[in-house]
Amino acid sequence: MMSPEFNLVLPESLPEALAALADHAPDVAPWAGGTNLQVDLRGGSYRVGTVVGLDRVAGLDEIRRENGSVHLGARVTLADVLREPLLKEAGPSLVESAWHFAGAPIRNLATVAGNVAYGSPAGDAVPPLMALGAEVVLESKGGTRAVPMEGFFMHVRKTVRQPDELITALRWPVPPTHSAEAFYKLGLRKGDAISVVCVAVQLVRGEDGGCSQARIALGAVAPIVIRAHEAEIKLVGEALTPSLIGEAAREAAEECSPIGDIRGSAAYRRRMVEVLVSRTVTQAWNELVGV
Amino acid sequence: MEKHRVTFTINGQPRELWVWPNQLLLNVLRDKLELTGTKYGCGIGECGLCTVHIDGQPYMSCLELAIAIDGREVETIEGIAEPDGTLHPLQEAFLDHAAVQCGYCTPGLIMTAKALLDENPTPAEEEVRDWMRGTLCRCTGYAGVVRAVLGAAESMQKEYVHSNGKRHDGLDE
Repeated sequence: MMSPEFNLVLPESLPEALAALADHAPDVAPWAGGTNLQVDLRGGSYRVGTVVGLDRVAGLDEIRRENGSVHLGARVTLADVLREPLLKEAGPSLVESAWHFAGAPIRNLATVAGNVAYGSPAGDAVPPLMALGAEVVLESKGGTRAVPMEGFFMHVRKTVRQPDELITALRWPVPPTHSAEAFYKLGLRKGDAISVVCVAVQLVRGEDGGCSQARIALGAVAPIVIRAHEAEIKLVGEALTPSLIGEAAREAAEECSPIGDIRGSAAYRRRMVEVLVSRTVTQAWNELVGV
Repeated sequence: MEKHRVTFTINGQPRELWVWPNQLLLNVLRDKLELTGTKYGCGIGECGLCTVHIDGQPYMSCLELAIAIDGREVETIEGIAEPDGTLHPLQEAFLDHAAVQCGYCTPGLIMTAKALLDENPTPAEEEVRDWMRGTLCRCTGYAGVVRAVLGAAESMQKEYVHSNGKRHDGLDE
């Protein structure tokens, strides 16, 4: 059991890391936890000449509040997410997804940014981040850009990240006072499972008592994680009732384009989108109206 | 490809080695250090049998590059018994509760469980099941394993009370 050979660079600072990526692009990959990369390299589905290890790069493991935003560094692991008190308020759905993520030994290694970078439609950290309104901070030798989560994914395992770019952080606005999040992962068993359907929502309640903003993100039911925009439009501007939530949930089921595989048929996934959108929206709304 | 030097402690002993960038911690443990208690199961981070501790936290050694242990403390199943050979309470409990059938997953299960008890000495059954869910046994099932972990937690509490007069949960005897 051996990975194919690769050249390893271990930069000690961010400028060094970005220089290494630029020097070796396009045949280069950043390495944070390596839980996906390692397996793909060994299985032969991926080859790369140079790996830039991020272990020694200072400053990438921070979770902090900054100008009304939450900043989550590239080296933050799923285990760190569970330990960080700030996220209980500022990213509860992400904390919930971390709790369902694989098992303890994997959570110690796998990073949130890596889960995003990999571009799997079943990456469980993605729907919560999308529902929180997160953006991906990409840095390269040439500069920095921030891409909204919705614009980051192009297709299964294809993202807009260029080979010389590093995801240095994920960033999202601290949820407003009258907001609530919910998350649901449907897997074939409780732990160590790939999502059949994964749903995350954020609702904001306006001064008139109605729903002033809604974000619904769906995982594992399209080539990329998607927003259920039509369902969101149904909810915004309304005081949510069971029948309205039901309408929105049916809309979400229309918007997704699931495949059938060993974990579930396309029809089952579509039906579960309806059930789980209804369930998560109801849960978040109940929290907002104090039920 | 060139070798890198790593300095670390293994079961309390300082060591220095030269490793290849693509060399896995699991291979270094088994082939270079001859610590074959850590098992190679799936090799892709699914089964948890190769779990070891790095700086007190559980990691799968089939996914961790050997280079990553530079400057850190590694503990394997060989390191948890007392120097005089007295077994760790978890090892005793796995025997007492017959939580072993073929035994191949046992080092992984014990190292995973030890990480839980180090952090949470009095877990509820549900917490044990949640924590252990990433480490797989394909023959004996989990009922005995869960009983063993809970039994070890209990005996460690008693031992602790015996030697300190205080319990981890704050309820003095």
